[in-house]
Amino acid sequence: MAEVLNPLRKYLRQDSLPHFFCAGCGAAQVLNFFVQAADAVNLDFDNLVAIGGVGCTARIPVYLNADSMHGIHGRTLPWATGIKLHNPKLKVVIFAGDGDAAAIGGNHLIHAARRNLDVTMIVVNNLTFGMTGGQVAPTTLRGLKSTTTPYGNLEESFDMCKLVVAAGGTYVARVSTFQPRLAVNALKKALNHKGFSFVEVISQCPTYFGRKALGSGQGVVAVKWIKEQSVTLKDSAELSLEQLDNKFVMGTFADITRPVYLGGSIFPMEEE
Amino acid sequence: MVNQVHRRVLTGTHFMMGNFAVVEGALAAGCDFFAGYPITPANEISEQMAQRMADVGGAFLQGEDELCSIYAVTGAALAGAKAMTATASAGYNYMQEGIEYAVSGEIPCVIVDVQRCRGENYATQADIMQARWGAAGDHEMIVLAPSSVQELFDHTIRAFNLAEKYRTPVIVLSETTIALMRENLIIPEPDKIEVINRVKPSVPPAQFVPYAAEADGVPPLPNFGDGYRILHSINPHGEDGDIHWKPEVFDRLYQRITNKINAHYDDIVRTEAFYLDDAKIGLIAYGSECRPALEAVEQARAKGQKVGLLKLSTVWPVPEREIKALAQQCDLIFAVEMNIGKYAGEIERVCGGACEVVRITKNRGLIHTTGEILEGLELKLGVSLR
Repeated sequence: MAEVLNPLRKYLRQDSLPHFFCAGCGAAQVLNFFVQAADAVNLDFDNLVAIGGVGCTARIPVYLNADSMHGIHGRTLPWATGIKLHNPKLKVVIFAGDGDAAAIGGNHLIHAARRNLDVTMIVVNNLTFGMTGGQVAPTTLRGLKSTTTPYGNLEESFDMCKLVVAAGGTYVARVSTFQPRLAVNALKKALNHKGFSFVEVISQCPTYFGRKALGSGQGVVAVKWIKEQSVTLKDSAELSLEQLDNKFVMGTFADITRPVYLGGSIFPMEEE
Repeated sequence: MVNQVHRRVLTGTHFMMGNFAVVEGALAAGCDFFAGYPITPANEISEQMAQRMADVGGAFLQGEDELCSIYAVTGAALAGAKAMTATASAGYNYMQEGIEYAVSGEIPCVIVDVQRCRGENYATQADIMQARWGAAGDHEMIVLAPSSVQELFDHTIRAFNLAEKYRTPVIVLSETTIALMRENLIIPEPDKIEVINRVKPSVPPAQFVPYAAEADGVPPLPNFGDGYRILHSINPHGEDGDIHWKPEVFDRLYQRITNKINAHYDDIVRTEAFYLDDAKIGLIAYGSECRPALEAVEQARAKGQKVGLLKLSTVWPVPEREIKALAQQCDLIFAVEMNIGKYAGEIERVCGGACEVVRITKNRGLIHTTGEILEGLELKLGVSLR
């Protein structure tokens, strides 16, 4: 009998599996969501540059059968900026963790959004630094425990979507691993969007976030917790600031067009 | 639409500032991408690049910081650009991170560091060690040290050529002195300028092994979008590009990326000899310090001293053969530099006791005067040279 391959397997590098993600990790789900979305929009993998920084999420491009960059924390967007300014025809997709995007790479994030750089950035927000052992992140909700907040996090968490909208991002959406179909749809829209498209996927890290903050290392516990913490953008309009405290608001925060940045030349390369 | 009115190579004789000469050298070498962040005394490079990239249809980016600039340069380089950034010492600190990626990812690019004193724009050569050792991880660096406006032009072209040839970042170690100086610059006809471009794969993607280098240790490099689908990771990677956690893989990678520089010493290392044929006393200098050092040599010669100058145009890798030969020829070597005495340690190491090395160093924000160097010679030799 002929070997039956998952039709999406062709998008992954030949010898890359098994992947290195922990059992129950949301980053592996996002890899799955991405290839589903890429397949649906007929993404040309010969023309794709997939970029990851450092961290668990940053490993996603390592598995994709495309030109890819990996290995420097927080600098995914500067790489993308250089690539797009030299060759605007390349499709650039960034996979960043919340540490990559909101902590060390936060400055690059607001400036890429300001420029409306024509790239897609997928942020897997698991509210912690997973690869390094579960330290507190700028996205960790107030009060939660981590390996560096043994008595609970005293800081306010970042709302990355609000930040990107304010900075000028033109497609901005938040989804979660609890609702895969919504996540795939958001990724499809992002891939088809001209300009800075930003999708934040609230995700689970059972190994560190789950054990430290939720008292369980099971993925399903963390996913259920994400569901309980989530409200839709529509419902959020009816809630007070107190009721929205420490909640994830799910939905599309921007879907507009404005000119994309093609570089400082007064004679920019022609668009497709 | 690309504007064809402006020429890429400004053939002719100019009276030009050093920072502008860097820009014209880059363009003559084929540079079509520049990213930078404001910092004195490198600003004229960015300002002129903003205009010249627009002239020739290249891309210019003012990054939000030096990190953005160096990483935009490496990203553009992998997309096929001949890319450059320019900064000054404090900004060069930040760029070490990106230079590390360029070294381990074998990304051809050029970084200009206009050395300045800590926080101020006075003259110094204090980055000489940072230029070599600033990036993390085992690596060799190619660092060129120009000493004039003409050499800023020439060395920038050479930096691009070496970067392309060996798939590695190359540093042009400029200085406040020459960067802001105006001098005569002769730009040759375009067909008289050697321009080297990176080697592309000669086989289709299915047969291409990304890091299986030829005998020269330099793997061919396709552009993003050429269909080769290569993983570029800073992590230890095998010949296939994938991340491997095996000691043999680490070893093979580090051996290759260091050997590809060391094995091409003859091509990379350049020195110039002045009055060395019969010299018994040698001065060794690099960068702008070659200027007062050469004057000092000529004045000491006029006083009957058999003294000469070895000028190091390539500072890293260290011109060990030339320094060793000088140590065997001379009774005494003076190491002249504008810092607390850093490269002097390298010269002492290479001389290995074959010859006494005396340091003439200064870090007061000013280049050595000829008199100061002569004074250093007088103190040791016990003769009057002025």
